[in-house]
Amino acid sequence: MDNSLTPLVLKRLLVPTLLHLGFRKTLTMADEVVLLDFWPSPFGMRVRIALAEKGIKYEYKEEDLRNKSPLLLKMNPVHKQIPVLIHNGKPVNESLIAVQYIDEVWKDKSPILPSDPYQRALARFWADYIDKKIYVSGKKVWQTKGEEQEEAKKEFIGHLKMLEGELGDKAFFGGECFGFVDVALVPFYSWFYAYETCGSFSIEAECPKLMAWVKRCMQRDSVAKSLPDQHKVYDFVLQLKKKFGIE
Amino acid sequence: MSKEKVVLLDCWVSPFCMRVKIALLEKGVEYENREEDLFGGKSELLLKSNPVYGKVPVLLHNAKAICESTIIVGYVDETWPSPPLLPPCAYGKAQARFWADFIDKKVFEAGTGIWRSKGEEQEVAKNEFIGSLKELEMALGEKAFFGGDSFGFVDIILIGAASWFYAYEKFGEFKIEDHCRRLSAWLKRCMKRESVAKVLPEPEKVYEFVIQLRKMHGIE
Repeated sequence: MDNSLTPLVLKRLLVPTLLHLGFRKTLTMADEVVLLDFWPSPFGMRVRIALAEKGIKYEYKEEDLRNKSPLLLKMNPVHKQIPVLIHNGKPVNESLIAVQYIDEVWKDKSPILPSDPYQRALARFWADYIDKKIYVSGKKVWQTKGEEQEEAKKEFIGHLKMLEGELGDKAFFGGECFGFVDVALVPFYSWFYAYETCGSFSIEAECPKLMAWVKRCMQRDSVAKSLPDQHKVYDFVLQLKKKFGIE
Repeated sequence: MSKEKVVLLDCWVSPFCMRVKIALLEKGVEYENREEDLFGGKSELLLKSNPVYGKVPVLLHNAKAICESTIIVGYVDETWPSPPLLPPCAYGKAQARFWADFIDKKVFEAGTGIWRSKGEEQEVAKNEFIGSLKELEMALGEKAFFGGDSFGFVDIILIGAASWFYAYEKFGEFKIEDHCRRLSAWLKRCMKRESVAKVLPEPEKVYEFVIQLRKMHGIE
């Protein structure tokens, strides 16, 4: 086969055949990755961190949650919530599900979940605990006053202490390496200043080991670049409080 | 080679425990079932194995404890890979996990609302419950099972919950069949499977249990 014929063979025969056989990933220019997100959302931050850990280039689209885009409503018709990860036009909803998806698709770099099934089950258990407890109890801290707030603070600190206990003397929740549970929890750090200021307490005083873990995480580029400034989040919370007529 | 020791801390009426039992049966895993008396007093083993929540189910595999039913089913699927419960591709897995999460968030909450309330509150819960089933029915589409041709992850997650559907229907005075024909057909299809037929208790027994629960909560 001479030189002039090879490009033609490639274009007309080889490429379509390989595409048909599912070699799309290797042959297309790049994966198209879009993230529908809202800057103060800890759930959105989880996905940002996972994408950064894997070095994936993506388009970030900020959603106005008071005026949700047609794209968001189309991609997440069930919950109509962010974050939504859109990979080559297909949506993946729910932050922890999106993080697992990212870990499985881009599996050759920086694993997020451990490979052992028991360790994976443990990681999922603690990520689920964080989902059930941290957001809701944290919200109560800034949304309430007086006696109700005192109760909320106790509950919130209790959950953080439980997590601190689970961390123990490990560098990260999974052990030596930054992983799934760290990704699930560290975004809430961006809300700590808001919780502390609204509730008049210090998380450092209550959970020093957890704060040491936070500092360790913040040394990672993926985390530092994905979390907004705590004071910006606090200003946002003040606006929310005004809007809901709190204080 | 030492024999694998698999123990399940169980409660016969728990839809969450049913999921795990079905998954183990589907995989042909031999296990020891230990019934917990959740009202009489939880066993020391349960409190030690699940110190965070103290709830069933807990799977003990070679003395290692795995908690939370959906996580346990995932663990069973990964540890005993054949036959697979989750689809092979990452996107299929994400879709399955999404619907499992939806079932956990919406179906139980609304269903609990039906047996735990009366009047206006119950009507609202009923509508939410039917609404959640309709969403699931759309996800099912024309497929035999949620995973396609084979009984899989989402089917297992939902069928456990379905053991309480008869009780919801009696309390809410409605029939799921009238609202979700295709989902009703899916229910009948699942009940034909050996694992499901073996695990799910008699609907009347569950209904009687819920009557007792209502009394305990001081309703009616």
